Amino acid sequence: MNIPKEIVREIDQQISHYPVSKRSAVLPVLHSLQHHFGYLSDDAVEWTAERLDLEPIQVLEVVTFYPGFRQSAPGKYHIRVCRTLSCAMAGSAELMESLCEKTGIDRSGVTHQEPIALSEDGKFSIEFAECLASCGTGPVCMVNDDFYESVSDVDELLSNYE
Amino acid sequence: MGNISYYTGKEPHPREKRVVFRNVDRQGWYPSISTYLAEGGYEQLKKALTEKPRTVIDKVKRAGLRGRGGAGFPAGVKWGFIPPNNEKPVYLICNADESEPGTFKDRYIIHQDPHQLLEGMIIACFAVGANLAYIYIREEFPEGVKILENAIAEARRKGFLGGNIQKSGFDLEIYVHRGAGAYICGEETGLIESLEGKRPYPRIKPPFFPAAMGLYLCPTIVNNVETLCHVKHILEVGGEEWAKTGTPNNTGTRILCVSGDVKKPGYFEVEVGKVTMGELIHDMCGGLKDGRKLQAIIPGGSSAKVLRGDEKFTIGKGDAARKIELWDIPMDFDTLAACGTMAGSGGVIVIDDSRSLTWVLNNLNSFYAHESCGQCTPCREGSLWMKKITDRLVNGSGSPEDLDTLYRVAKNIDGRTICAFGEACSWPTESFIEKFKDELAEGCKTENSGVLVNPESIAAAANLR
Repeated sequence: MNIPKEIVREIDQQISHYPVSKRSAVLPVLHSLQHHFGYLSDDAVEWTAERLDLEPIQVLEVVTFYPGFRQSAPGKYHIRVCRTLSCAMAGSAELMESLCEKTGIDRSGVTHQEPIALSEDGKFSIEFAECLASCGTGPVCMVNDDFYESVSDVDELLSNYE
Repeated sequence: MGNISYYTGKEPHPREKRVVFRNVDRQGWYPSISTYLAEGGYEQLKKALTEKPRTVIDKVKRAGLRGRGGAGFPAGVKWGFIPPNNEKPVYLICNADESEPGTFKDRYIIHQDPHQLLEGMIIACFAVGANLAYIYIREEFPEGVKILENAIAEARRKGFLGGNIQKSGFDLEIYVHRGAGAYICGEETGLIESLEGKRPYPRIKPPFFPAAMGLYLCPTIVNNVETLCHVKHILEVGGEEWAKTGTPNNTGTRILCVSGDVKKPGYFEVEVGKVTMGELIHDMCGGLKDGRKLQAIIPGGSSAKVLRGDEKFTIGKGDAARKIELWDIPMDFDTLAACGTMAGSGGVIVIDDSRSLTWVLNNLNSFYAHESCGQCTPCREGSLWMKKITDRLVNGSGSPEDLDTLYRVAKNIDGRTICAFGEACSWPTESFIEKFKDELAEGCKTENSGVLVNPESIAAAANLR
């Protein structure tokens, strides 16, 4: 597995934050790898296990539990729309619909196991997220690490990601 | 509030008392250490370091500070649970996993006043004797992670973190730990498991609470962001003086977050118990939307039991007992508990008569079905059942027996799980059925009785024959 030196350095730095147990670094290491590769492959899981002196299953069970980890590649821009009550009352279903329409994403195949839908050109992917803790300014969404509140103009939002 | 000015449109309401949120939306305020130090930042820490840890704990106990994360447990008492003869290392974790639907306060503290949190945390670590601490922050706050890491580096450069802090002989390292999108990590033992690099399955307690056996099986204190911020202010004025704000047993200020069907949703820091539900919704939030009537309020995060708009409550005991209406409820821990619900995390969700309550409950049930960790059978299975039943009610394919089934499922989760998620996921369903049975029954139709709708049940029924 080809991991750039600076990512390995970043990961080793993260591991140093857990002087009592290297296993504690599972989440941070996975975050670094997912941030770099876009998702967590089997190789990434095995690499993480080796780095932290764990069995691969101890890493895989973490990957499959947390909604924040993915096992397949998302789009270049990954959108998370808050689905929970206050945002839903502010129109998150409509926001999801119009984002899908503008990005050409078909969500009909979405299931609990496969929550992410991808546009055909791979530029955008989208999923519903549970409460993003900004209930007073719904509907809210995230595009990669960018956060948007009171979203009304979808065209304007997407124009940041041409 | 002296010479402080706030951004236009973001000014605090006159009924607010800004303590923890003093610098939120403030003009000319930046989350940098120089801004913080210019206004007496870290002075309380310096003062605390000259005192005995015991003295600091006593001050927090005398203040009566109750946890702001949801349970409302007194923070000083929690700190006191560390075994007196303990020889193991002690850890402190700041719970910044803010994910209770309806709650949006910690984000602003982290983004706009990170040093306030760090100062409170460092004082708390000194008090409980922790030399290693973590801030467990939800993954969806990437900006907050950067701000906190920067603030930690600044504090370290100024000698407020690291070895021999301010030449006191006290050492402390704080690291930021990111979660990965799981609500259950807000439960303190789930959080600890997650910080140990595992699935966040909550631990069985009692007998051992984290203060006795937490991270790496060592004594561990887990406190919410807002709670830790208050520690600094308690040190500033002293426990007794701090306890003069708010109301007895419900001391201090707390941040209430209002969302849903009001004209001006937002966050308001108020003295606990000094503002009623009516004042909060009508005065501070501009009231309901024009022409709308109140249907329901969820007063303390989505897990709190719902209140009917026209409900009457009896509070007080014996001769002091009196009946009050929803609008008269003072927003404190004890009264909301007496009204059969809870102050929880301070997230108030307002629902007017334009909403289908079946739809509201279904939205919450979907949340809990998604977030159940799956460790305990009643919750893992039950939360999904509740979602499936309300799915049916929403699209009008419910049968007359569905409400009884739904209620029974909820009652069979409540009290039968390792952690409080069991109550959190069943209380909405229980309370909605108890208070809005007629509304929910609209989704139940006689012709649907005995009709199998999903492929699994059709297949299962075929096997039975």
